[in-house]
Amino acid sequence: MIEFFHVKRDIPFMSYGKLTTAISLATFVVAVFFLITKGLNFGVEFTGGTVMELRYQQSVEIQQVRHGVEALKYGEVQVQSLGTTKDVMVRIPNIKDKSSAQLSNEVLNSLKKERPDVELRKVEFIGPSVGDELFSHGLTALALVCVGIIAYLMIRFEWRFAFSAIIANMHDVVIILGVFAFFQWEFSLTVLAGILAVLGYSVNESVVVFDRIRENFRKPNLRGKTVPEIIDNAITATMSRTIITHGSTEAMVLAMLLFGGAALHGFAMALTIGIVFGIYSSVLVASPLLLMFGVTRDSMVKPVTVKEEAVV
Amino acid sequence: MNRYPLWKYILLVVTLIAATLYTLPNFFGESPAVQVSSARVTVKVTDAMIQQATEIATAAGVKPIDAYFEAGSVKLRFKDTDSQIKAKDAIQAKLGNDYVIALNLVSDTPAWLSKLHAKPMVLGLDLRGGVHFLLEVDMKAAVDKALEKTAGDVRRELKDKKIRYGKISKERDRVEVQLRDAETLVAANKALTPVLANLTVSPVSADGNYKLVISYPAATLLQLKNDAVKQNITTLHNRVNELGVAEPVIQQQGEGRIVVQLPGVQDTAKAKDILGRTATLEVRLVEDDQAKLTEALNGNVPAGFELMTERRGEGKSTPILVRKEVELTGENINDAQAGFDENNGAAVHLNLDSTGARIFKDLTRENVNKRIAMILVEKGVGEVVTAPVVRGEIGGGRVQISGSMNTAEANDTALLLRAGSLAAPMNIVEERTIGPSLGKENISKGFNSTLYGFLAIAVFMVIYYRVFGVVSVLALGANLLFLIALLSLLGVTLTLPGIAAIALTLGMAIDSNVLINERVREELRDGQSPQAAITNGYKHAWDTILDSNITTLIAGLALLIFGSGAVRGFAWVHCLGILTSMFSAVFVSRALVNLIYGYRRRLATLAV
Repeated sequence: MIEFFHVKRDIPFMSYGKLTTAISLATFVVAVFFLITKGLNFGVEFTGGTVMELRYQQSVEIQQVRHGVEALKYGEVQVQSLGTTKDVMVRIPNIKDKSSAQLSNEVLNSLKKERPDVELRKVEFIGPSVGDELFSHGLTALALVCVGIIAYLMIRFEWRFAFSAIIANMHDVVIILGVFAFFQWEFSLTVLAGILAVLGYSVNESVVVFDRIRENFRKPNLRGKTVPEIIDNAITATMSRTIITHGSTEAMVLAMLLFGGAALHGFAMALTIGIVFGIYSSVLVASPLLLMFGVTRDSMVKPVTVKEEAVV
Repeated sequence: MNRYPLWKYILLVVTLIAATLYTLPNFFGESPAVQVSSARVTVKVTDAMIQQATEIATAAGVKPIDAYFEAGSVKLRFKDTDSQIKAKDAIQAKLGNDYVIALNLVSDTPAWLSKLHAKPMVLGLDLRGGVHFLLEVDMKAAVDKALEKTAGDVRRELKDKKIRYGKISKERDRVEVQLRDAETLVAANKALTPVLANLTVSPVSADGNYKLVISYPAATLLQLKNDAVKQNITTLHNRVNELGVAEPVIQQQGEGRIVVQLPGVQDTAKAKDILGRTATLEVRLVEDDQAKLTEALNGNVPAGFELMTERRGEGKSTPILVRKEVELTGENINDAQAGFDENNGAAVHLNLDSTGARIFKDLTRENVNKRIAMILVEKGVGEVVTAPVVRGEIGGGRVQISGSMNTAEANDTALLLRAGSLAAPMNIVEERTIGPSLGKENISKGFNSTLYGFLAIAVFMVIYYRVFGVVSVLALGANLLFLIALLSLLGVTLTLPGIAAIALTLGMAIDSNVLINERVREELRDGQSPQAAITNGYKHAWDTILDSNITTLIAGLALLIFGSGAVRGFAWVHCLGILTSMFSAVFVSRALVNLIYGYRRRLATLAV
């Protein structure tokens, strides 16, 4: 039998609680800092504008394309390569009195003059009113996910579990956003989808640990142990599963990141970061929080109360 | 005991066979086809078209491999694109403008599979290439138009009743009529209330200032907006038909938005041009002089006249001679609704604006007992929709067209008359064009990343968990099969984010199996017998699997509810995938484990 993680004694995770909480707090603050100072590089779905994807037969200098587009004077244009030297993305802001078809035609025509081997692969135009709506819908979806998960965990477990899980995972979300802000990667609608999927996924991770904690509270042979010891035992017992599961999911996501092409890049990136922090936060943030909220055996194992008979 | 009753195995085999059947159509290729569908509301494509089209194609020397009727259109399959194009040209020439003849690709799914409703997955635009527009209906303009019309009605009605009125002003959401004194206010209120049945008419008098305030109740306003969107959709349908797109998608999204998706269309500029174009309605006088008609039929149309065809229901049409002068155009029609006349016969009620009403009044007064033609001009070709006889002067802008038509024809005519123009202007708020090569590339990239990810997981699982690993991988494979079968069966549109969701779901689904396998190992470690370890392992893992899947499902559902476009495509697959993964991870893997270990008497160890 191959076993990567056969630990004879429980690892005292809870004794590192202060340290891990401090690390989390620090990364969280850094992430928020970048979110505020640098801000997210919102994709065209949110900001409105026109995005064109071009492909050249032979490789092309980005600078050359940039000059070509800038010569048209559309204001703040973005020209960047899409992974290869042949694929180029051009992003143009919304311009009054010009439709996106006009814009894209003008750009294509002027680029064709320089290099006739350019082919238009994709045009995307988003009007200004759509972006705000997507933004509010995104936030609503995020709020709904949080409320739904809190409600479910409160029913299945208890409020301390619900809140530690959601705090730990929102901390993941903020960190992913922070990374996207720091590197100024494009924050598109699919990235948002990825983030919400991560939220559901890492809560799942916390649930597995919580399940074990609840089970341990009920186990007769662990009765004498303290609460931190019980949590340590639960984390250690589920550790092997945690690493293998996340390894598998990460393998899938990495395959997407490596082979999925430009269209899936942002999505796969959000998931890659999300899964790594998901492991960390559900083990080393959610559980210390649980302890901090003062979870006890009684909060999980309800003492059987003898019903009082009505006295007539 | 680790044995399933026989029915569970049978159930498993049946679901697996069903899943395989519904997954199969995705592996058959596509072959070129010609699709014949109706270009006009009054023309219906029926089964009879199969034979007609087949004959035309065969006559042109290209015999279709297969011809069938599906969802309002007839599809003819050909062996190669050359015969496809040849057949298209031949059918186009024979059938004329009443039909949309489009090139399409149809699946080569064998007939016996199609009979079971097994069909390949619907591919989204990002995978097959095409144009996507999101149009926003200008609701303010729609309301404005309605207010304008109401103001006109008020003016006309007060004039008819000889009630003197002052300024009629159009405010943001109401019409105000200034009146001289309390007496006229009462009279105007009495005159207008029955006419403006759906509106709220309220007299206001203060400081010697008398006015009538006409406002739209919320329900009427909502109806107005809905009608505007519906009418615009109808108009768009008519216009898209001209593009010859095989499977256009035109549907309402949210309160005032319309999505238009044109697979295969690459020329955005042309598509936009056609979507923005207006078809028009014209009212002209009919010349019923038999001598002139005969002359015209002989190819000698008298000057100032035009020979057209009049639709007579049931696909029949007769020639009709009309004057060239246009008396009235569709711009003056505010609304057309199907309804009933005083004899309870089917009728179409037209509502003209004030200019139109005046013109129509004069026109009918001067042409009693003559016929007037309602002509719909599409693609520059006019067709007489109906040509009723004028019985007397028609004033008030409310015109009723009745005669020998049934309710369905009345509905169609009303639609045709309405469809000519847009109820309210529309703006393009989102536009996407995806080239066909990019679509193909997206498919192969999405497929490859799923495949490589799956292989990596499979290899690891088999090495790490041995027999239980093989079981897990088989369960994961079954999960993929169920998911694709379900997607094909439900007709969920597969997009690139959808493929990403398939990959992600597989990556996450293995979690359930890892939970089970780890649990079984743990039970063995605790000194349980192999059989007990299997039973308890599955039992203990189940609670956790349920909890973790439900929390993931909550996130998926939120995405489904609030997501749009790309996100929704992702969410659909994600949610379905969670459901199939629970089934396959628990039920399929357990059945396999039971088959492998459950029937052994002396089981010393488990390969886990």
